[in-house]
Amino acid sequence: MALERKLLKGNEIIGEAAIRAGCGLFFGYPITPSTEVVEYLSAQFPKRGGTVLQAEDEIGAIYMCYGAACTGNRVMTASSSPGVSLKQEGISYAAAVELPMVIVNVNRCGPGLGGLGPAQSDYFQSTRGGGHGDYRTIVLAPSKAQELYDFTMDAFDLADKHRNPVILHTDGFLGQTMEPVWLKPRPEQPELDRSWVVDGAKGREKRVLASYSLTNEIGEANNLKWEEKYKHIEETEQRWESFHAEDAEYLIVSYGTTGRISKSTVLNARAQGIKLGLIRPITLWPFPKKAFEPILDNLKGIVTVELNTGQMIEDVQLATKCKKPVYLYRRQGGMLPTEHEILDFVVDTFNLTNEEA
Amino acid sequence: MSTEMQKVFGRSAGLTDVPFSFCPGCTHGTIMRLIAEVLEELEIIDNTIGISPVGCAGFSQNFFACDFIGAAHGRAQAVGIGVKRALPDRMVFTYQGDGDIAAIGTQHAIHAAARGEKITSIMVNNAIFGMTGGQMAPTTLDGMRTSTSPYGKNTATEGFPIDMPRLLANLPGAVYVAAVSVDSPKEIAKAKKAIKKAFKVQMAGLGFAFVSVLSTCPTNWGITATESLQWLRDNMMPVYQMGELKVTEEVAKL
Repeated sequence: MALERKLLKGNEIIGEAAIRAGCGLFFGYPITPSTEVVEYLSAQFPKRGGTVLQAEDEIGAIYMCYGAACTGNRVMTASSSPGVSLKQEGISYAAAVELPMVIVNVNRCGPGLGGLGPAQSDYFQSTRGGGHGDYRTIVLAPSKAQELYDFTMDAFDLADKHRNPVILHTDGFLGQTMEPVWLKPRPEQPELDRSWVVDGAKGREKRVLASYSLTNEIGEANNLKWEEKYKHIEETEQRWESFHAEDAEYLIVSYGTTGRISKSTVLNARAQGIKLGLIRPITLWPFPKKAFEPILDNLKGIVTVELNTGQMIEDVQLATKCKKPVYLYRRQGGMLPTEHEILDFVVDTFNLTNEEA
Repeated sequence: MSTEMQKVFGRSAGLTDVPFSFCPGCTHGTIMRLIAEVLEELEIIDNTIGISPVGCAGFSQNFFACDFIGAAHGRAQAVGIGVKRALPDRMVFTYQGDGDIAAIGTQHAIHAAARGEKITSIMVNNAIFGMTGGQMAPTTLDGMRTSTSPYGKNTATEGFPIDMPRLLANLPGAVYVAAVSVDSPKEIAKAKKAIKKAFKVQMAGLGFAFVSVLSTCPTNWGITATESLQWLRDNMMPVYQMGELKVTEEVAKL
């Protein structure tokens, strides 16, 4: 059967991918610029089977996800920055009980109410666990429509595989843009261990899913168990796109919307003989440290392009062990850079000649 | 005639073998036993998922024989709704304290009732935060001394006791709302009847069922177990409306 291609809004693509990934449960609360996710599913689920519930608030929505995830069913919620802040306690609980679930954060700029324009100001929140306690969530950063679709599917698979919450880290630009997308079928999945699922103790011992550790010894044993899981994920799930990076002397590191814009910057630079490359992290956690190892010696300098005051730059400095200078080019408050502005910054920073100008 | 000894009273199959760990005179154990008996009598132990909060009520996950999920403070109903929406044919109940349901988690209680969520919620009201050492709750009575109202609760600055059953009974989705007590054998019998009805409501898929159970906390009230039962009768029962506050026509037919 030929693949179906459809023109959809970014947020709708997430909803469509979730349905096709076998997610039949969505609990959410409307917030711009993520609202089309709950709207799309509110229209689609009644026709195609599935439950969508508009909760009383973001906290209610995340704990409904928590309950549904305990039953071993695929479940998703979507929100934007302030809403995701409200969900953080629940994400921490889900991480502690090791529940698979997908949380979409269509970033808006902050702090506070902020604005609706594209931003990456929740990078720290997404990649450092976000809520209380020492935990990690897998974070995927799409940069275009097809990746919104593909990574939503991947998010469910990764959540199931590692029994861990996964965050789809996108922004208002991606969420509101209409682009064509191939509606790929759900990939085959290995049989999952369901011995932890709470669905009524018929014919088996009762099960309890809870995160309270009655003694410090139990607490430490739990933390060590989770630490081991996070290390395993760091070792096995780093994902990135390498774009003209193999022979690069100068490197841009950028993800999501700015990663996409930076591709044009790289092509323009190459047309002028500037050996510029791009590492575009796809997993923000685990951060793709491995991407830098083979190309680091060749590099003269690195620029991170971000929509914040410089958050990912810390991970780049850590990944490269500060062996090369790392500079930040950023826009904030909902503003986007052009590919030319990024190139100007690269040229100025490294004293290159910009024939483009 | 058989000479064998006949067992006439034992531990309910709805409970595990884990001994209750509550303070002497606390009525949590009585309430849990009633729920366990109901689960057993309705033959739903292995089809039920309980949701525990934090605080003293949180220990319920160890005591009941059914599957359990531990929720964050105040979130048991949201968690229970997630379970019920995922598995509509399972029985879901929350066992929560008054701090959980009338303070930090009030929004979930109100909206569970507003949407007529097909779950059963049991609220144990002892007018205080028990586990954390006896702080003021929204259910604390006028003038009552707690560790955060050491001079007595002043309703002018700290508010009036919230009567959750009265509040929730106003919402159409709440089809069964009852307020009971376990301070005497007679009241215990009434409490069990109400709890059983609250589960039957869910089995019939009629809507949200809520039972508030007045409970003692002699440790934090600073009185003896026997005194605390009398204190409950004298001080809590006049403030909190008792009995079946809401029984819809459909529920009455059960």
